Amino acid sequence: MQSGELLELDKVVAGYTRPVVGPVTFSIMPGEVLGIGGANGSGKSTILRSITGMSRVFSGRINRTEGLTMSHQWQRPELPPELALLGGELYALLGADRDNPPGLVRPIMNKPLYRLSGGQFQLIQTLACLCSPARLVLMDEPTNNLDGRALDALSEILHGIDQSRAVIMVSHEISFLEKHCTRVVEVGV
Amino acid sequence: MNEFLLFDPLFRVPFFTGLCLAVALSLIGAFLRMRNEWLAALGLSQIAAAGGMASVPLGIPVLAGAFGAACLATLIRSALPRVGNSHHALLILIGWSGTLVIGSYADHGHVIGETLLRGQLYFTHIWHLAGSAVLLFLVLGLYKWLSPRLLKDRFFPDYHMANRIPSWPHSVLYALIVMAAAVLGTISMGAFPAFALLFVPSWIGFVMVDGWFRSVVASVFIGCAVYVAAFILAMLADLPFGPALTGLLAFAASLRLLTALRRRNIEVSGDESRFHYLSPPARNAKK
Repeated sequence: MQSGELLELDKVVAGYTRPVVGPVTFSIMPGEVLGIGGANGSGKSTILRSITGMSRVFSGRINRTEGLTMSHQWQRPELPPELALLGGELYALLGADRDNPPGLVRPIMNKPLYRLSGGQFQLIQTLACLCSPARLVLMDEPTNNLDGRALDALSEILHGIDQSRAVIMVSHEISFLEKHCTRVVEVGV
Repeated sequence: MNEFLLFDPLFRVPFFTGLCLAVALSLIGAFLRMRNEWLAALGLSQIAAAGGMASVPLGIPVLAGAFGAACLATLIRSALPRVGNSHHALLILIGWSGTLVIGSYADHGHVIGETLLRGQLYFTHIWHLAGSAVLLFLVLGLYKWLSPRLLKDRFFPDYHMANRIPSWPHSVLYALIVMAAAVLGTISMGAFPAFALLFVPSWIGFVMVDGWFRSVVASVFIGCAVYVAAFILAMLADLPFGPALTGLLAFAASLRLLTALRRRNIEVSGDESRFHYLSPPARNAKK
């Protein structure tokens, strides 16, 4: 692993009971927004899960800088049917500053989760990760369910991200990746 | 029984045992509901009842049998890669049939089975109170530490793993607390009354108020209020305590309907600000 890198995947083959994706090789430096593109079922989410430890690495190595902190926004988060947790409480769960949230989520900070729409829930989960102090943010299909205003807000935060941090973003929307990422890696090709 | 018995020193230990359990079980029920595991409580209660019943032919204390069976069920549950309500339903079936089948062979089995399934709070002893008090202090003392960890597990399942923070301390402790609650609740109150305290208060509390901590407090308050009402009702009307508590909790669930009606009326009248979820355009429009 080169000096300054936050994370390096070296010929990683990952999956669950059997390999799903790989070998994949990439590294990420602070300040970068790395996109991972590919068709449905190509194993994009499995790569993110191999980084957090939720999926199995069959071969290759994942190297991470000492003390690296991460947050991981999951694809298709399940909206709890009846949970009185407020949007603001979820937003602050990973350490984001609850008193200073992005403007778009302010109206839903005091709204219980079960009264949020799928898009609002997706947005608050995504921003909880992006606005947390984690140095590496993993985002899995963050544009799902988001309307134009929410996409604009997400774009603004991605462009203003602190240079000491980095983002790995999985999406099947190549145009979104090309617009916001410093590099794009294709898997399953 | 009558109102004089209500203040009889004989009933102090049962009353305070039940009160400790009402607080602890209502609070643990909030965690179970947040994790969508509330059916696990009934499964563990039924298994604890079967273990308690099995202790009779084995010649061991009921508490040890109940704890042993619940411990075994918790270990099996933890070893499974994915646990859902189907597994919890299976625990219920195994526990229920096990209690009754073993009870048909054990001496006084039907009496013990009745006590474990239906509950008999009035016959609790000082060690029931001691166990329930320890559970209560444990749950209250650990709440601040446990709550954010369990919430992170719920919404960001790989947070601890990704950040190399060991999750086993809070996972094991939480499993032990749920198990202890199911066992102490079952042997003190009965399987169904204990399950009712784990299930109903948070079901009401989560729709009555907004905010995690406030809804947990509301759940505990509902659990305690219904428990005290059931204790008084059972004494004054000479009713069995377990069914009286379960029935009152089921009746209290109608508060959900009142809450829903109140919210709908407020939404129709446009005064949504009481629930703090006005969007900025709507707020501006009101001005």
